Amino acid sequence: MTTNNIMLRSTGLKKYFPVRRGFLQRVVGWIKAVDGVDFDIEQAKTLGLVGESGCGKSTVGRLILKLLEPDEGKIIYKSKDITHLSQNELTPFRKEMQIIFQDPFGSLNPRMTAGQSVEEGLRAVGMKGRRERKERVRELLQMVGIPASAADRFPHEFSGGQRQRIGIARALSVEPSLIVCDEPVSALDVSIQAQIINLLKELQARLGLGYLFISHDLNVVGYMSDMVAVMYLGHIMEYAPTDELFDHPLHPYTFALLSAVPAANGTPLKQGLELRGEVPSAFNPPPGCKFQARCPLAEDRCRRTEIPFYEINQNHLVRCWKVV
Amino acid sequence: MNTDKKEFAAFPEEEALVPSRSRAQEFFRLLNKNRLAFAGLAIFILFFLTAVAGLVLTSGTKPVLDPALVRLPEKLRPPLSRPNLQVLRPEQIPRLGIYLLGTDDLGRDVFARMLQGAWVSLTVGFVAVGISVVVGIFMGGIAGYFGQEQIRADRILVLILLFLGIGLAFLAHPSLGILLFALGICLWILCGRAKLRLEGSPWARFLFAETISVDTLIMRLVDIMLCFPSFFLILTVVALLPASIYNIMIVIGLTSWMGTTRFVRAEFLSLREQDFVTAAKALGVSKWRIIFRHMIPNAMAPVLVSATIGIATAILTEAGLSFLGFGVPPPHATWGNILSDGKRFIFDAPWLTFEPGLAILIVVLSFNLFGEGLRDILNPKLRERY
Repeated sequence: MTTNNIMLRSTGLKKYFPVRRGFLQRVVGWIKAVDGVDFDIEQAKTLGLVGESGCGKSTVGRLILKLLEPDEGKIIYKSKDITHLSQNELTPFRKEMQIIFQDPFGSLNPRMTAGQSVEEGLRAVGMKGRRERKERVRELLQMVGIPASAADRFPHEFSGGQRQRIGIARALSVEPSLIVCDEPVSALDVSIQAQIINLLKELQARLGLGYLFISHDLNVVGYMSDMVAVMYLGHIMEYAPTDELFDHPLHPYTFALLSAVPAANGTPLKQGLELRGEVPSAFNPPPGCKFQARCPLAEDRCRRTEIPFYEINQNHLVRCWKVV
Repeated sequence: MNTDKKEFAAFPEEEALVPSRSRAQEFFRLLNKNRLAFAGLAIFILFFLTAVAGLVLTSGTKPVLDPALVRLPEKLRPPLSRPNLQVLRPEQIPRLGIYLLGTDDLGRDVFARMLQGAWVSLTVGFVAVGISVVVGIFMGGIAGYFGQEQIRADRILVLILLFLGIGLAFLAHPSLGILLFALGICLWILCGRAKLRLEGSPWARFLFAETISVDTLIMRLVDIMLCFPSFFLILTVVALLPASIYNIMIVIGLTSWMGTTRFVRAEFLSLREQDFVTAAKALGVSKWRIIFRHMIPNAMAPVLVSATIGIATAILTEAGLSFLGFGVPPPHATWGNILSDGKRFIFDAPWLTFEPGLAILIVVLSFNLFGEGLRDILNPKLRERY
């Protein structure tokens, strides 16, 4: 798991949300949204994060941006621990990491023009001078394929794909080196998806951006990512380079996900494993391996003890003892 | 960074953008569709102009139309009647040459009095609602944005002292009030200083215990305020305070902010979870800029609607107070006290009750219609999506 140019490292990241009930709003339990997550993101590389809805992918994204306070674990950005920095101390790191959202309709302020939205970032990094800012806004919009003349339009005048581009321009405005892409194409038409994905790839090549690419679409993740982490109920189940993960999935959950992906020619990427049942609630997760309730290989040991990571080879980690 | 658009092929060109239509154009297009709201707006503008004209024409030492000029021989003349020039001194002859809306029991020109009253109604409506909207946005904004923060016990003590102090200072004992206020501030400073020193001691456990959240405090206060029958609360306060139009505006304003608070809180609670607010946080935009630039503009639509309807309510409340004799002191005319004076002559001079009554009805109705229309217009679901 070690390479020299690691940009962001997360170790043992945990986030539990309290569940409150009753008149006095007492805490009756915890939702373990993220329950010990480790990963690295390398410079100008993409880490894909896949999993079903509710598995904690988006929470991970928000944790590393410090939009949510982690309960445990460490976030190390360029060998600086930013886990416990206050909002003020974070200011220099704000412009290093940005986020792109899933819903293109909610991600732009409906009362601000496209230009103003992008300008917010320039203001935030303290760019003085109206002229300068306006000029930079035009540049940024053109960079994402929006004509600069559209800077004075309001979000409702753009299509979903165009809004997503404006969201990308806003993220780029502070010249970040890492962007968390929180399901950036899930809400778009397939044809638009391709455009946005290509745009993200081109920007990565040109600006040397690192991505944390969160998605539930394995095809998209496979195309975008250099490394893939498969998440289930707050745990990373398998962590491997993209090709290796797609060619030799080890964890039964990864295997099941791959068999569920429809392929253009009718044959799924993998065959033979069908998932049954629903994801158990994170409020009351089963003991032992998080996946045991739905796992076809589950045995007594899986139900009793938590399963650690097994290192298959230098870059391939899997949280299952049955397949080692 | 070099910007060469050619590099990104197959991206939307200028034609792909829909024709631009500004917010104002959109607003008027929808207003045009909603005829009743449009009528409401038109009547409101008319009322506004009338009130301004009324202020200009009836104030000053030598007003064009004098609402206080008594002509005893000409009392209770019906609308549109001509003055009897034989009994009037030259300065008593009405400028219009006609009693447009008749005269009252002292022979005063009702038209002039109605004009004077229009300005009162307008200012009471706007100032009272202005106060209630400002208080409402402030309280609702705090409850919505900082609602989850817990208040320490010592802060609550300070708050109670400050409130008691202000209340006493204005109502009964100025000196005692100021003393309590000063005590509150002293306690605040002392507790701030002592916090570090007392850390861990059993005293601190109680003094600095976290009690309730800001949200709970403000929303329970709203609930309490809503429990009072507000008209009687106003009557009580007006009875205690010296009668003046400004006191009435302030009192009406301070007893009608609860609705706005609830609206703003609800809007803030939903807005703070929106992606564009998260994006602003991620960019490092300051807390206050997020509140004022990103959240308040998006929370204004329901506030605007409730404010329009609130103006109508405030006008009605003022008229009611004047009718009961608690309003603006005479001889200043308001629609309420014209109505109240006229009720003794309702069979001999029905115009004295009908004219102010109709004026109130029309203005309140127009505001309500406009408010209802505004609610539809500002509803994003009705707006065309591209």
